[in-house]
Amino acid sequence: MTTHVPGDALVSLNGVNKHYGQLHVLKDIDLHVRKGEVVVVIGPSGSGKSTLCRAINRLETIEGGTISIDGKVLPEEGKELAQLRADVGMVFQSFNLFAHKTILENVTLGPIKVKGIAKTQADKEAMALLERVGVGHQAPKLPAQLSGGQQQRVAIARALAMKPKVMLFDEPTSALDPEMINEVLDVMIQLAKEGMTMVVVTHEMGFARKAADRVVFMADGQIIEDATPEEFFTNPQTDRAKDFLSKLLTH
Amino acid sequence: MEVILENLPLYWEGLLRTLFLSVVSGIIALVLGTLLAAARVSPVAALRGFSTVYVEILRNTPLTIAFFFAAIVLPRLGVTFQQFEVAAIIALSAYTAAFIAEAVRSGVNSVPLGQAEAARSIGMNFGQVLNLIILPQALRTVIPPLINILIALVKNSSVAGAFFVLELFGYGRQLANANGDQVMAVLLGVAFFYLLLTIPLGILASTVERKVAIAR
Repeated sequence: MTTHVPGDALVSLNGVNKHYGQLHVLKDIDLHVRKGEVVVVIGPSGSGKSTLCRAINRLETIEGGTISIDGKVLPEEGKELAQLRADVGMVFQSFNLFAHKTILENVTLGPIKVKGIAKTQADKEAMALLERVGVGHQAPKLPAQLSGGQQQRVAIARALAMKPKVMLFDEPTSALDPEMINEVLDVMIQLAKEGMTMVVVTHEMGFARKAADRVVFMADGQIIEDATPEEFFTNPQTDRAKDFLSKLLTH
Repeated sequence: MEVILENLPLYWEGLLRTLFLSVVSGIIALVLGTLLAAARVSPVAALRGFSTVYVEILRNTPLTIAFFFAAIVLPRLGVTFQQFEVAAIIALSAYTAAFIAEAVRSGVNSVPLGQAEAARSIGMNFGQVLNLIILPQALRTVIPPLINILIALVKNSSVAGAFFVLELFGYGRQLANANGDQVMAVLLGVAFFYLLLTIPLGILASTVERKVAIAR
């Protein structure tokens, strides 16, 4: 297992614990993500990987331990939490584009309302981002008029518009038709190449091999393996991981 | 039927009063009801409690009690006004706000949780999430029930006629007393003028509903 000095970590989880009633979903999680690093979190469903991802910008509360972003411990509520969230981009499984806003407005809303950027400037930056993810010509439409893959790329642009320090992806391709998965993964791979710090929960092993610096394997609320993609896929250390990989690769 | 034609100016005057009462109370109730709904979903327990108690009391007691309270109890508490119309507006808007709060709350609950999560994840605070993302979507889905409530408000405003406010029903009562042999015609006239207000509201409801529907 590779270890990292917590001091140079952009995202730091120390001894994080969480329960859903009786269920212990996160057990003493320690995870450190350095600037520019792409960490892919994989594991069977119910292993706590989504909860882990959502805890990083406190969409899930935690009961024990600390989570810090760029050296600052996540505040519990209020203004500081909102400010910190603005620095953490999040992409959801179900896109969650604002249904009553146009594609362009979806991307400009955060910069205008949260950061106080002038509308003309925000529009210009948003158009550049939409072009970059390949949906510039859809700008005046409403989310429901776009395909799932297009919506997810808009969601990525919306998160990028806040110029986040780190991007979280919570199963970004799980709700997509197979032929749309690649258009989203391509954008993510590009983002990884440009040096964005990313935490990606996914079932796309191809993406993990191609873009990840590290693969974190979770099962039953614990991090069981933490290795480079090469190490993890060719030589998994635990039976749990071997079992998981064999089930994936035989199909 | 002559009684209606002969008294058209009175009916017209009554219609305008009813319209005035309904529009003013409707606007106040919409604002107050939305605030109550916001309080109901806020993270502050005291606000939630206040909103719940208000809504439960007002919507579970007869409108007449709200009128008695506004017209008779409030002046004794030192809140005085020159016209009974003010009392009528207070009673109608306080009463209707409770129903609007419930409708808006159900609309808020109909907005998928992911919308609020996405808004929070780009750094919006509670007020921004509510005002920019949740309420605009919630209000669109509750337009049909809101218009139902407003139609009820137009009809409820007739209670003001019993509290010395001369609106449509108030004039109707006067006319019925003055024309004992034509009560039926007088009341049919009153009903007709109420329909003149409420039927267009219903048509407006279906038009607006189609226009603002959000595709998901």
